[in-house]
Amino acid sequence: MKKQVYIYRSFERFWHWTQAFLIFFLAATGFEVHGSFTFFGYQNAVEYHNIAAYAFIVLIAFAIFWHFSTGEWKQYLPTFTNIKAQINFYLIGIFSNAPHPTKKTVLSKLNPLQRLVYLGLKLLVIPVMVISGLLYMFYRYPQKGSVVGLNLETIEPIALFHTAGAFALIAFIVVHLYLITTGHKPTTNLKAMITGYEELDDDQGEKPEKTTTAPEPVKTEN
Amino acid sequence: MKKIVVILVVFFLTVISVILFLRPNEIPQSLTSQLKEKYTQKHVPSVDHKKFTALQKNFSHPREVTEVCITCHTERHKEVMQSSHWNWQREEYVKGRGIIHIGKHNAINNFCIGVEGNEQSCAKCHIGFGMTSDLKALTDSTNIDCLVCHDNSDTYVKGSEMAGAPDPKVNLSTVAQNVGKPTRSNCGVCHFYGGGGNNVKHGDLESSMFEPSKDIDVHMAVEGANMSCVDCHTSQNHKMKGKVYSLSSMNRDRSSCEQCHTEAPHEAAILNEHTLKVACQTCHIPVYAKVNATKTEWDWSTAGQLKDGKPFEIDDKDGNHTYLSIKGTFKWGKNLKPDYIWFNGTADHYLLGDTIADTSKPLQINTLNGSYSDPDSKITPVKIHKAKQPYDPVTKMLIQPKLFADTKGEGAFWKDFDWKRASAVGMAEVNLPFSGEYSFIETEMTWPINHMVSSKELTVDCVECHSRNESRLAGLNDFYMPARDYSPLIDTAGNWVIILSIIGVFAHGSARVYSSRKQKKGASK
Repeated sequence: MKKQVYIYRSFERFWHWTQAFLIFFLAATGFEVHGSFTFFGYQNAVEYHNIAAYAFIVLIAFAIFWHFSTGEWKQYLPTFTNIKAQINFYLIGIFSNAPHPTKKTVLSKLNPLQRLVYLGLKLLVIPVMVISGLLYMFYRYPQKGSVVGLNLETIEPIALFHTAGAFALIAFIVVHLYLITTGHKPTTNLKAMITGYEELDDDQGEKPEKTTTAPEPVKTEN
Repeated sequence: MKKIVVILVVFFLTVISVILFLRPNEIPQSLTSQLKEKYTQKHVPSVDHKKFTALQKNFSHPREVTEVCITCHTERHKEVMQSSHWNWQREEYVKGRGIIHIGKHNAINNFCIGVEGNEQSCAKCHIGFGMTSDLKALTDSTNIDCLVCHDNSDTYVKGSEMAGAPDPKVNLSTVAQNVGKPTRSNCGVCHFYGGGGNNVKHGDLESSMFEPSKDIDVHMAVEGANMSCVDCHTSQNHKMKGKVYSLSSMNRDRSSCEQCHTEAPHEAAILNEHTLKVACQTCHIPVYAKVNATKTEWDWSTAGQLKDGKPFEIDDKDGNHTYLSIKGTFKWGKNLKPDYIWFNGTADHYLLGDTIADTSKPLQINTLNGSYSDPDSKITPVKIHKAKQPYDPVTKMLIQPKLFADTKGEGAFWKDFDWKRASAVGMAEVNLPFSGEYSFIETEMTWPINHMVSSKELTVDCVECHSRNESRLAGLNDFYMPARDYSPLIDTAGNWVIILSIIGVFAHGSARVYSSRKQKKGASK
């Protein structure tokens, strides 16, 4: 039996889509600053990039709070059980309509590969981008009589880390956009991230945990 | 849930509006309008020199005028005699040389080379009379030419090859009764014509600056603030602010944009951050020699060709000399983009008698110091003037030739067209050895560009420097600049990661589509 389960709560969806927009916008403005193309105009690109960066940092602060207050951070704990089966699924099983080896539930939304990739993003790529980005904004050239503090002789290493991270994020987005289509139906995952509801196997898809913030009803499939 | 979304949206909007609100945008605007008000006020002199009886007489010699000036301005001649306008030299500290006097007596340029032995002619631009090679004229205060700087009647002209004396046609009485604060024409008559013609040397100082339009110079524009030279080049006790690094060596007494505009004059913080490493002139003088061409190359080695035994000249269509028998071959340029260097305000110079360490590469007549890592250095626009000029390949010294003389036979190149003789006579006059051999060496001279400031709308755009191709700063490679610079490794690797991701995704997707069709077919069979 299958059931429509409320799997992505409104903050999570808000966070996801805002982050998606900001990453696209930061990439567009950022690569103009990098000299890859001309679109917004250089000075505009720099200013928009900085504003979007602040918005992103605020969003990240809320997301961190949300992850810890709801316990959702546990979703990203890496696991190696089933990882081979998951790799086999993407390489072989998916072509013969084999079932997903990892059951998606409210308590475990991510398969082992997703867990690893998202954890990598959260612990490595995003921090590198935020830290190198902040340094990019706030470094100072050494000046006479200044406190050493944030003095940097050159922004080269900062810029290079920031650029490398940007390439990694774009590659992630390419793959991420494609993998959206690997759900039960090609649009299943996209719909879920928009509406919050996804059709899951009834034996696992339980009602959302009763929390104070998300007392949403569970729709049953008609 | 919806409440939380609304709260977040409100929070974001608040944050963004606070950020926008905190950006300063009013203060610089009011500073500019204050400056406009200050400098458009007309200067009203406190005295009318026409009313002084001491000046209402016929002067037979300009020295008599100077004597009268000193009767009221009793101490001014002492100030003038301390000035570099008078002495043609300054005491300077140069790293590696110590404290030395640098001036026209020991510096060399790559235009007319030098004044030594040619003082009679060069004194047309000295603020004195009776100039001689032994410089004895500089000890007599009545030799001060007050009028060349203070004439407001626009009728005072110095005579050619008259050792600094005015043209005999000048009515000294009229001039003496019309003295006042120096105007653009007082300064321009010398500073616009350095090197023997209009705009030859500087590139950013020339005759169009007598009455410039706003396109030429936003400060001096006749229809605008109509500022004069001395509004920026202020002076105290006849000591003027402002330096030209053909002769100056130290970072002092400079006239700067910041003295009025402050170091943070922009509305956008990102632009103000640039002022730490970028001189104002770099962005605000996009091109120089806007109206008339400036000399960019001077090849002395071709000088001396004669037609029917007589010197001749060839001009281009604008009337600029491209060849003169007395001076050689020239190249000119108009609407030039400056070169850019790191400059910290200190310079060294080739001085007469220095030996050239490396004759295989162009000799730097003046070396402007600076680098990215030096906190005092800023990216500064310059004109680089290239030349080929005579040197002694045995002693490895630049040659100061004797160029000017009244008559043939004195060894002057401009009369006799004999390099060997001119070199021998010239070097003897500066007490330097000459081996008897001469050759020509490539030299370069660097002239900071400070004038012909464009209006705000015409400033250099970000992408003219921040770009992969044709960056104005392509020649400054000692630092990382966003958009111009990148790591080829990271960009290539990054591009390939993205390309391979896209290929992988398409391959995987196509295989899925293919296999699912096959399965459907199989199922339907």
